[in-house]
Amino acid sequence: MDILQIFLNESFWTASLRIATPLIFGVMGALLCERAGVLNLGIEGIFAAGAMAGWLAVYLGAPLWLGVGAAALAGAFFGLLHAILTVPLGLSQHVSGLGITMLATSSAYFLYRTALPDVTSPPRITAFQPLDTPLLSDIPFIGPILFEQTALTWLAFLCVGLVWWMLDRTPLGVALKAVGDNPDAVNAQGLSVYRLRFAAVIIGSSLMALGGAFLTMSAFDAFFFGMVNGRGWVCIALVIFASWRPGRALFGAILFGMFDALQVRLQTEAGAIIPSQIFLMTPYVLSIIALVLVARRADYPRALLQPWFKGQR
Amino acid sequence: MEKTPVLRLRGLTKTFGPITAADAIDLTLHQGEVLALLGENGAGKTTLMNMLFGHYTPDGGTVEVSDFTGGMITLPAGQPQAAIDAGIGMVHQHFTLAENLSVMDNIMLGSEPLFALKRDRKAARDKLRKLMEDTGLHVPVDARIGTLSVGERQRVEILKALFRDTRILVLDEPTAVLTPQEADGLFIALREIVARGLSIVFISHKLREVLAFSDHIAVLRHGQKVGELPTSEADRKAIARLMVGAENATPQRAAVSVGAPILGFQNITVKTGNARTSLNDLSFMLHAGEILGIAGVSGNGQSAFAQLLSGLITPDSGTLSLQGVAQENPTPKSMIDSGVGRIPEDRHHDGVISTMSVAENMVLERLDDPEIQQRGFLNKTAMAENAKRLSADYDVRGPGITARATLLSGGNIQKLILARVLDRDPKLILANQPTRGLDFGAAAEVNRRLFAARSNGAAVVLISEDLDEILQLSDRIMVMHDGTLTETDSRDRAEIGLIMAGQTS
Repeated sequence: MDILQIFLNESFWTASLRIATPLIFGVMGALLCERAGVLNLGIEGIFAAGAMAGWLAVYLGAPLWLGVGAAALAGAFFGLLHAILTVPLGLSQHVSGLGITMLATSSAYFLYRTALPDVTSPPRITAFQPLDTPLLSDIPFIGPILFEQTALTWLAFLCVGLVWWMLDRTPLGVALKAVGDNPDAVNAQGLSVYRLRFAAVIIGSSLMALGGAFLTMSAFDAFFFGMVNGRGWVCIALVIFASWRPGRALFGAILFGMFDALQVRLQTEAGAIIPSQIFLMTPYVLSIIALVLVARRADYPRALLQPWFKGQR
Repeated sequence: MEKTPVLRLRGLTKTFGPITAADAIDLTLHQGEVLALLGENGAGKTTLMNMLFGHYTPDGGTVEVSDFTGGMITLPAGQPQAAIDAGIGMVHQHFTLAENLSVMDNIMLGSEPLFALKRDRKAARDKLRKLMEDTGLHVPVDARIGTLSVGERQRVEILKALFRDTRILVLDEPTAVLTPQEADGLFIALREIVARGLSIVFISHKLREVLAFSDHIAVLRHGQKVGELPTSEADRKAIARLMVGAENATPQRAAVSVGAPILGFQNITVKTGNARTSLNDLSFMLHAGEILGIAGVSGNGQSAFAQLLSGLITPDSGTLSLQGVAQENPTPKSMIDSGVGRIPEDRHHDGVISTMSVAENMVLERLDDPEIQQRGFLNKTAMAENAKRLSADYDVRGPGITARATLLSGGNIQKLILARVLDRDPKLILANQPTRGLDFGAAAEVNRRLFAARSNGAAVVLISEDLDEILQLSDRIMVMHDGTLTETDSRDRAEIGLIMAGQTS
């Protein structure tokens, strides 16, 4: 059928970027943590916490950007918790991460129920609106795709640039990559392994929470149960797909957004013949395939998952 | 000339659990002096230096460094940054390099403020170039560490330490991975730097290089300083006695007549994808009662050679024969069954399963032996008896046979492996770096065992980076370079060193 037409339609590309936005935040956050040697499986829960915090702040009357700040703060809190457990205490990063996911998700739901005990349908907030950039929005095709996104999508792109710049061009980036590769190298040069890892996990978790905030403050305008829906886990896979490089991570996130946007459209095209579940599955199946093709050559940070203790023999 | 102290350690003490690794040690280093810290493995040398550098927080004592006006200041304990700021640079025994970063990045790491928007790579590059010229230590500055050879990494480590305007350089076993020529080159370069006012603390257990390179010697044993004297007054024998404690006889080789052929290599080629580490058309025959020493710098094909004898890889072409029988598609099991005993290079990683008990580790290679296992069930009684007997015979000391192998010291792990391997009376013994990192007593024990196996008619292949060990043990010597073996009748260090560097006459 008219698959070509789908790709020629600007709404497809707009949707792709919209779907990719929370993933871009999440994947940048996960990338920062892992580059420093800490796997953060708390991501799925931190998404929920960020979604909740951002939404609640705005629902209670705060301005939108304050909501974004609240989400980042919630992420930083759970990041701090994960960092305390995994960095100086050296506990299993898998176990701690999954624990954080359960804790953060449940806390978000608990807070929602406590704040709104009697509500049956999730109340909406006035969320970020698509920007209307003068002149640029009027460019045919490209204009609506790029310049009618919400401010958070732009923030996501900005984050990619910042993370790339930081990792590639600043002394901090070199130290961060080194601490994920060989903490002894960092320690021997007089830098603090703990501080670097704490910073990476806390800031990375804040970024993850912004991905959650996008869901309630830009995509759905409301908070409801199960809204994160595996986006965090997709980010964990995307980081491997990207070989821990920000540019490739951005590409991977957009690619996933495209698959997702495509499956929705294919459903309407061919939904009568093929069960819709098959289409729902496609982005995940395709990411597994992409991962299998790429991950075999993946260049893992060598100290990923390895706790480091000061003064240990 | 009056000597000015630049570094003074006072009563430094550190305990790890029940072990006192350093016991109230005092040391003084003077301006432009090379102080050698001599001692066996486990004597406390590295612990002492790690306290000096702030990696360990001492349980007692202080580190004082001269300030720039001539007075002494006390360094805060446990802060590497403070040591670096005071002009102390340390070259660690185990490289502290991030492999996925470039040489430049590794050297610059920590040398500039973390929170800068960009890095001044050009200034750093110029400084590094000058440093390389001044010291004669050259490295490819933009290469990733992962692609460098061990010798190059060593140079990066030294340059990294010197890059931070170092006044006091601590070198922890710097020659462990170098050829004799590389080591000599290093010492010449370091002498040059010392002449410009640098002071060096040099840790080693190699008496020969300590005597050649240092001005002053301090000997450590069991965490205590047992002697200190100027190198010019040092007597080789006396120092060796100080290090080891008691007179410890070096094992002597008995005369053994050469027996039947055991190991045959016929035009064997193994391709590893890297020309340096491949094996290139090797042919030789090794007989019962012979110890074949394979000298050479690591990374020249030794790994492939060892894997081949262990049955981990098969030759791409050529024939490997054991006792005259050609081995088609050898596997680890077929090689063990054909009488090969394997003492692996990385004893902690490949030699034992560290989370399993001593008794379990001792039967790893005979799990199909009916004495150990019937119908899929282990005979725990037999395993315990086996472990008790071997522990007694081979003097394996530790918390007991049910303790996890990881609780054993390096020397005892090696004895455990020797017990497991030699108890089966192998016809061919592959000893890969068998005494690396062992103290004198344990190393002598390993050597004694290898001699005993040779007297019993085994053939031994000894792969070692320690040329002294090769010279002491071997009946025949071959040098491995770029995947080829060159047999030499020479017993001259310099001559063998040249072959190691690839300069065949």
